[in-house]
Amino acid sequence: MNEVEEKLYQNRYRLDAGRPHIRIRNPEVCQSRCSEKSCAACCPAGCYTLGSEGGITLLTDGCLECGTCRIICSEFRNVDWEYPRGGFGVLFKFG
Amino acid sequence: MKERFDAIVVGAGPAGTAAALTLARGGWKVLQIERGEYPGSKNVQGAILYADSLQKLIPTFREEAPLERHLVEQRLWILDDRSYLGSTFRSPDSKDGQPDRYTILRAQFDKWFAKKAQEEGVLLLCETTVLDLLREGRRVVGVRTDREDGDVYADVVILADGVNSLLARKAGIRPELGAGEVALGVKEVLFYPQDTLEERFGIQGDEGVAIEMVGKITRGMVGTAFLYTNKESLAVGIGCLLSDFRREKIPPYVLLEHLKEHPALRALLRDGEMKEYTAHLIPEGGYKAIPKLAGDGWLIVGDAGMFVNSVHREGSNLAMETGRVAAETVIELRQAREPLTERNLRRYRQRLESSFVMKDLRKYQHVHEVLDQNRHFLTTYPELVNRAAETLLRVDGVDKRSKQKEVTQSFRKHRSYGGLVSDAVKLWRAFR
Repeated sequence: MNEVEEKLYQNRYRLDAGRPHIRIRNPEVCQSRCSEKSCAACCPAGCYTLGSEGGITLLTDGCLECGTCRIICSEFRNVDWEYPRGGFGVLFKFG
Repeated sequence: MKERFDAIVVGAGPAGTAAALTLARGGWKVLQIERGEYPGSKNVQGAILYADSLQKLIPTFREEAPLERHLVEQRLWILDDRSYLGSTFRSPDSKDGQPDRYTILRAQFDKWFAKKAQEEGVLLLCETTVLDLLREGRRVVGVRTDREDGDVYADVVILADGVNSLLARKAGIRPELGAGEVALGVKEVLFYPQDTLEERFGIQGDEGVAIEMVGKITRGMVGTAFLYTNKESLAVGIGCLLSDFRREKIPPYVLLEHLKEHPALRALLRDGEMKEYTAHLIPEGGYKAIPKLAGDGWLIVGDAGMFVNSVHREGSNLAMETGRVAAETVIELRQAREPLTERNLRRYRQRLESSFVMKDLRKYQHVHEVLDQNRHFLTTYPELVNRAAETLLRVDGVDKRSKQKEVTQSFRKHRSYGGLVSDAVKLWRAFR
């Protein structure tokens, strides 16, 4: 487990299997047009990983629903960001 | 769910609950909608609660609210890479003998606060996400939820859906947040036996300590860190402007780990059991970022309206204050038989302008620019003051006058006389 996974492991989630609340609109844009790829560095839950081909993989299971990725993707607006369905997603015990 | 309400409040944080509770007391039929499993389950804060705004709503809160510790000591540390220079204010009581600052755990506090609103008659619907506002022409007449047949109607909708306020953006009320308008904060809650905490921090009973930190821990990014004592846990966190995170490309959790490893904190934090890791955005745009606050059939309160005083780390109190004032405004209008139009709802902003909410936000409206354009406040000065303290305190056979000279020269070398004077002026103008 890497640094952030270890942290996320302590959190409580109710996963909405098969219905991610965040999507990359066009993966091609991440791979070939975006040079910054800030999402891979700034997401506090490490949901965005940079692949060997320069593409971005998004796995929302550990998402803390902060909104960072949506805001920093300001050049291409390539992040489709919704709240999870009611009752799903991260459920803070202490907040 | 074709039911009709007097008001719908979206969100069950401090702003939404303050609004819902005030409306219910005014005899309104209120529906409060929360997307989490329970109020607080999506909410994150340091967290320090200020008594004043809550006291106006629930005078007896001290006897019943889930409070952690009341603050008797506040420390401010300026950190270098290895050392820190700090100040401490400690006082056992506040002015009127009642504590006025508490640490809280938001997941527990928000649940309690929302329950108080329910006791006043608010109908709370959890596990329900509001997807959009419903309009008739320009006028907001209700909300669309993700429940089956999920449209609900009301005379007024209060948006208390937090810093991201997707609703406000979808409705074109507020543009997308800029990365320079919000800070990203990350936090861990670490658990300890109660007596360990009390010994480590020199506190007893319900006493608590808050430590605010600035300096090289944020690596030149505009931001602060904190360490707060709860009853059986510590909250340790760090937050910086999102635009700075984007530029520096430092993962927030890496920054947090470095903070925890700083020699000033390591001993205080040792042997804790980490039970939660959270992240949250904090509105930092201040006065200038405050959007249009009301329109035909709607008002916006709390973080959704960017109500945070980041200089004094106040937010939940502004949330409660704006929630209450918004509710009072619509109650008064209805009593006067006036419609809830954009024009009439301007009174909400007018009332905030004459309260501490807008006065404080106006006062500090230039602070961020000044810090943004003068990064040496965050890097050079912490280093200089820490080295100065070290030089002056070390007994090594060098006479004191020479040491003084060495300190003066180190400041002049890094900032020059002109630079020092202009820095002092800039800071004074930003904070005056």
